[in-house]
Amino acid sequence: MEVVAVPKASEETISAPTPETKPTTITLRISRFNPSNDATPTFAEFKIPVQKWTTVLEAILYVKQNLDHSIAVRYSCRQASCGSCGMKINGKPSLACYTKISELGSNMVTVEPMNNFPIIRDLAVDFKQLFSDHKKMKPFIIRDDSEVTPESKEFIQTPEDLEKFLQFSYCIKCGLCNSACPTMATDESFIGPQGLAQAYRYVADNRDQGKKDRLKIVDQAHGIWRCHFAGSCSHVCPKGVDPAMAIQLLRGYLMGFRK
Amino acid sequence: MKIHYGTALAAVALVAVHILFRMTQKFGDSLQYQNVIANYHFLPYALMLEVVLILLSVHGFNGLRVILLELKQGVAYERAINYGSIAAMVALVAYGSRTILMAGMGMS
Repeated sequence: MEVVAVPKASEETISAPTPETKPTTITLRISRFNPSNDATPTFAEFKIPVQKWTTVLEAILYVKQNLDHSIAVRYSCRQASCGSCGMKINGKPSLACYTKISELGSNMVTVEPMNNFPIIRDLAVDFKQLFSDHKKMKPFIIRDDSEVTPESKEFIQTPEDLEKFLQFSYCIKCGLCNSACPTMATDESFIGPQGLAQAYRYVADNRDQGKKDRLKIVDQAHGIWRCHFAGSCSHVCPKGVDPAMAIQLLRGYLMGFRK
Repeated sequence: MKIHYGTALAAVALVAVHILFRMTQKFGDSLQYQNVIANYHFLPYALMLEVVLILLSVHGFNGLRVILLELKQGVAYERAINYGSIAAMVALVAYGSRTILMAGMGMS
């Protein structure tokens, strides 16, 4: 276990704290694992200063820039839009940029890579399967005609039509739902809540004509019927998407309750 | 999966009929040898028991198959589980049907 002391202010290259509030010190435990060298993950501990607005991502970047630059972490937008910085924070799958340390109510913050994904290194996981399953769902409007014609430039939808799928279009493909899914933990071939919610998003869209194809894709041995409706996926989604509900609604189409 | 839901609903309905039949007499009497054999001699009831046997076998072994497929994946494993479940289901239906037929024909 590695314990690194807080560097002197003069040694810092970035400083998240501002002069107005006195920073508190917390212990950040970061899971370290390199599949090509290590047999099991270990934890490195760092004492870092945080403010009440410091996010977990900022804390990790503080460590990376001041204490240990070798930590592998994926991030981009820092505003819960890109879905890059998903990880387990104190055991719960969350976006690091969207989770403030002060919200966690603990002086010990543990960050680990997401479950149900192969680890590339440390906190970075491989999204190949997630993106592949997403693509399998044909995440685009399927129609024979184009919306751009001399007569009509758009497919008109009522607010009610839009409401049917709107929340599911907020998915940022961060993988937190798949990480929280208990079925994915045992069935590695399961499509997962992300893919199934995206299938519903297009099936429920009245502009789309690819419902038959998508229902065929999800109605397979490791498809929609493997969901046990634990609801963990909806619980962890940072964008308010409810994949568990999408799966139940999609089942309605397959059972003939919905048209 | 529609098979799983369908067999479950049908089995619940037919088992309810079976329980109602049993309530026409005292529980102890319904287990008397001659009363049990009489059930098999009554053709519609024997047919219903046969259907219940098939429904529960299909539902039970399909459920077991799904649980086993969730535990582990792989082409050879999944094929073995699928065929193994069908074989076990057929064996159970055959053995149960044999009992119903023999009792119905007075061979027990």
